[in-house]
Amino acid sequence: MAQISEAAKPFVKVESVAMTFETRRGNYVALEAIDLSIAKGEFVALIGHSGCGKSTLLNLVAGLLTPSAGVLLCADREIAGPGPERGVVFQNHSLLPWLTCLENVYLAVERVFAATESKGQLKTRSLAALELVGLTAAVAKYPHEISGGMKQRVGIARALAMEPKVLLLDEPFGALDALTRARLQNELMQIVAHTGTTTLMVTHDVDEAVLLADRIVMMTNGPAATIGDIVTVDLARPRERVALAEDPHYHRLRGKVMDFLYRRQLQQAA
Amino acid sequence: MSANVHAMSFPRTREPSAVSVKPLDSRARGNDSLADTPEARAHRVVAEKSNAIAEAARLRRERIRAFVLYVFPPLAGIALLILIWSILTLAPDSRLPSPLKTWDAAVTLFAKPFYRAGPNDQGIGWNILSSLERVGIGFGLAALIGVPLGFAVGRFTFLDRMLSPIISLLRPVSPLAWLPIGLLVFKAANPAAIWVIFISSIWPMIINTAVGVQRIPQDYLNVARVLNLSEWKVFTRILFPAVLPFVLTGVRLSIGVAWLVIVAAEMLTGGIGIGFWVWDEWNNLNVQHIIIAIFVVGIVGLLLEQLILWVAKRVTHGANI
Repeated sequence: MAQISEAAKPFVKVESVAMTFETRRGNYVALEAIDLSIAKGEFVALIGHSGCGKSTLLNLVAGLLTPSAGVLLCADREIAGPGPERGVVFQNHSLLPWLTCLENVYLAVERVFAATESKGQLKTRSLAALELVGLTAAVAKYPHEISGGMKQRVGIARALAMEPKVLLLDEPFGALDALTRARLQNELMQIVAHTGTTTLMVTHDVDEAVLLADRIVMMTNGPAATIGDIVTVDLARPRERVALAEDPHYHRLRGKVMDFLYRRQLQQAA
Repeated sequence: MSANVHAMSFPRTREPSAVSVKPLDSRARGNDSLADTPEARAHRVVAEKSNAIAEAARLRRERIRAFVLYVFPPLAGIALLILIWSILTLAPDSRLPSPLKTWDAAVTLFAKPFYRAGPNDQGIGWNILSSLERVGIGFGLAALIGVPLGFAVGRFTFLDRMLSPIISLLRPVSPLAWLPIGLLVFKAANPAAIWVIFISSIWPMIINTAVGVQRIPQDYLNVARVLNLSEWKVFTRILFPAVLPFVLTGVRLSIGVAWLVIVAAEMLTGGIGIGFWVWDEWNNLNVQHIIIAIFVVGIVGLLLEQLILWVAKRVTHGANI
C-alpha cells in the first residue's frame, strides 16, 4: 500500500495550508503548515484529540472553508468551493427531515446528472445508491422513521450517489452504538473496495482508523495543530475484524497510534 | 374443556385474573409432560386463546379508562361554568339571563341563521360569514406581504436592522388606533375594518418567518453547499420547508389576533358582522344574544386555530425540525 501511494501521482494535495479563524478575542490559529498528499483510491484516516482541527482540515478539502494560506488541489485543480467530485458524509447525517430517504438521495443525484439523464435514470441511480447501503426497504420512509444507523447509511448513499472521486467522512459513525458502528464499518470497507473511491475520514477511534485506513494521519493538539506523524497500515485486504484481533502486526500498528495520542500528545497538552 | 372455552369467551362475566391463572397453569403442565399428546396440545391452544381474550379485555378497559379521563375534565369544567353562571342569575335584581333562557334564545336564533329582513336585521349566519370575510381578506393580504417580507428580513441583515426599529415601534400599538387612519385613507367603513385586521395581524407573520429563516440549522445550509444546489432548489427544498413551521406559528398567532380585533372594529364601523351584531343587540338590550355572540366568537376562534394546527400537522410530517 505504501509503495502505491508513493508511486502514484497524488490525487488530493494539501500544500502548506494554514487556517486562522477571526474571533472576538483575536485570531485563532487552528491549523499550520499542513502538507498531505492522498493517492487515487487511497483510504486516509485523520485522527487526533478533539479540537485538533481534523474536521477543519476535512472542511477545507470539502471546500466549505477557504484556507488562510496555502493551496488545496483535487485532480490538479484548486479547490475553490464545494463540488460534486467531493462527496461529504456529515457526523450528524444532516438529512432533510421533510424529504424521504429516496428524495434526499435524489436531490444530490439530480444536481449532478440531471443535465445528461432522464428522470427515470436519476431515480434508478438513487435507488441503486440506497441498495448499495442495504436500504431498499426504507426508500419511502422519512428520516425520523428510521434508526440512527440507517440515517447514516442514507447519508453515505447520498454522498456515493454523486459518484464522487473523493469521499469525505467526518466522524460518520461517532454517534452510533458499537455494534451498529462495526456493521457500518464493514459495509464501508466493502463499498470502498468495490468502487475504489479515494477516501478521507476523520475519526477519534483508533480501532476504526487501523481497520479501515491505508494511512493514518495523526494530528498534534491545537492551537496551531499540524500533522505530527503518519502511520502506514500495511495490513492485507480484505480485512476481517475478528482475525485482526489476534494479529500481532495489527496490535503493533494500533500501539503506534495509541502511543502518539496518549503519550506524546497528551503530555504536551498537559 | 369446551365448557371452559365457552366461559372464556365472555370475559366480562368473570374476574380476569381468574381467567388467566388457570390456563397458564395447564400450559405449564402441558410443557412438563412433553407436549405432544393431543390432550396437551388442546391445553396449550386453550391457554393461549384465553390469555389473548383476557389481554384484549384488559386493553379495552384501559382504553375506556383513558377515554373517560380525557373527556370527563373538560365536561366538568363546562358544568362548573354553567353552575356559576346560574348562581349569578339567581339574585332577584339580576339582569343576566339564565343558561336555560339563553339556550332557548340560541335555539330560536340558529333555527333560521340565514334570513334577511333589511340591512340591519340579518341572520346570525350572515353576520358570522361577513366577519369571516373581512378577517379572510385582511389576514390574507397580511400573509401575502408579511411572509415574503419576513423571509427578506431573515435573509438580509441590512433589512433586519432597517425594519426592526419600525416593527418594534408599531407592533405594540392597539389595533383600534389604526382605525381613524383607515377611515381617513379609504373613506369607507368596510375597507377601514379590513385595514385594521391587516395591520394588526401582519407583525407575528413577519417576526416568526424572520426568526425561522435565521434559525435554519447550519447543517442544512452545509448540505446545500456540498450538493451545490441552485438558488431555486435551496429555496424550495431547504429554506421553505425549514421555515414552514415558523410561518405556520406566525399564521396561527395572526389569525388569533385578527379574530380578536374584528369584533371591536365592527362595533365601531357598523354594517354587518358579528361585532356589529353584538352592538346592535346591546342597543336592543337583548342580553341573551350578547352571551350567545360571546360563545360564537369563542367557538369560531377555536375552530380557526384548530384548522391551522391541522394544516401544520399535515405539512410538517411530524418531523422534529
